[in-house]
Amino acid sequence: MVNVIWVGMLLIGIIVAAINGNIDAVTTAALKGAQTAVDFALGLIAIMAFWLGIMKVAEEAGLVRLLSRIVKPVTAFLFPSVPRDHPAMGAIIMNLSANILGLGNAATPMGLIAMKELQKLNRSDPRTASDAMCTFLALNTSCITIIPATVIGIRIKAGSANPTEIVGTTIFATACGMTVGVIVDRVMRRIYGYRKWR
Amino acid sequence: MFIEMVSLAAKWAIPLILFAITLLAFVRRVNVYETFVQGAQEGFTTAIKTIPFLVAMFVAISVFRASGAMELFVQVLSPVTDMFGIPAEVIPLGIMRPLSGGGALGITAELIKTYGPDSFIGRLASTLQGSTDTTFFVLTLYFGSVNVIRYRYAVIAGLSADITGFIASVVICNLVFK
Repeated sequence: MVNVIWVGMLLIGIIVAAINGNIDAVTTAALKGAQTAVDFALGLIAIMAFWLGIMKVAEEAGLVRLLSRIVKPVTAFLFPSVPRDHPAMGAIIMNLSANILGLGNAATPMGLIAMKELQKLNRSDPRTASDAMCTFLALNTSCITIIPATVIGIRIKAGSANPTEIVGTTIFATACGMTVGVIVDRVMRRIYGYRKWR
Repeated sequence: MFIEMVSLAAKWAIPLILFAITLLAFVRRVNVYETFVQGAQEGFTTAIKTIPFLVAMFVAISVFRASGAMELFVQVLSPVTDMFGIPAEVIPLGIMRPLSGGGALGITAELIKTYGPDSFIGRLASTLQGSTDTTFFVLTLYFGSVNVIRYRYAVIAGLSADITGFIASVVICNLVFK
């Protein structure tokens, strides 16, 4: 799926550029894209090193395990394949809470820790996503943000009379998205499960 | 009131978490400093591991945008979106959103500036920006960090959530702001 999307974007991009007569834009854009990616990853080093350091301390102190035990009724339903007091659960919960509060800087490292822990539990091929990983990412990308801080910032700067009036509509729309995300994940898990049996 | 409480919680959350974790670990006789450095080491390698995956995705998205293919895509889709009463102005935002966080934010900022933050388009763009996510970016980053290359149904689940968020934004804004 990703393979097809990737090849499609690249090939269609090059063809359209050729037809439009701005083929040199392709080379510039490709290199600029690569540069942006590396810049992002380098910036990530600082945040990741800091949060993984803190998380390691929390794990050694037994806090991650404690947290995963507290929230197990919800997570047992969403992640049946993950043992209840596994560190993955703690990381998943912290990632989702950070997302809900709109703390992007903290959410990413927690999410990557969760992926690492889920990979340890991945019983099939390590290069293929497990069920739990798919569910986690469906939740992560559709997660409710209570305060869309960036948008409110833009609205304030643009001189809005009521910058926060979009909070209600945003929460409603995300809630719809999240519900559908979780349902699709459940349905697709069944379908893919059957495929494996054949 | 509610918003003030949430932003207060967001402001205090990280300092409090830092304080609690450090204190508790120290009390439980964990060698806090050494453990932190060990964890930070892992953070470094994880960040580096994501580079090839991010480069691949950013290059494809960048070429797709710069070539004009994105605009073409918007034009092709416009008859369908017209049918559902989706304003043409926000379609580029809807398409950009799952691909690039920075790109989508740029479009939102521009729409708000052009049409005004309190116009219908401004409010709809704000709602759209907050209610959908950069799905492709998140998938690339998260799966890349653990070297997973077959995403199975994660793309479909993520995109269906985004599309639902998009449609729900249009519907609710039409109801509330029109």
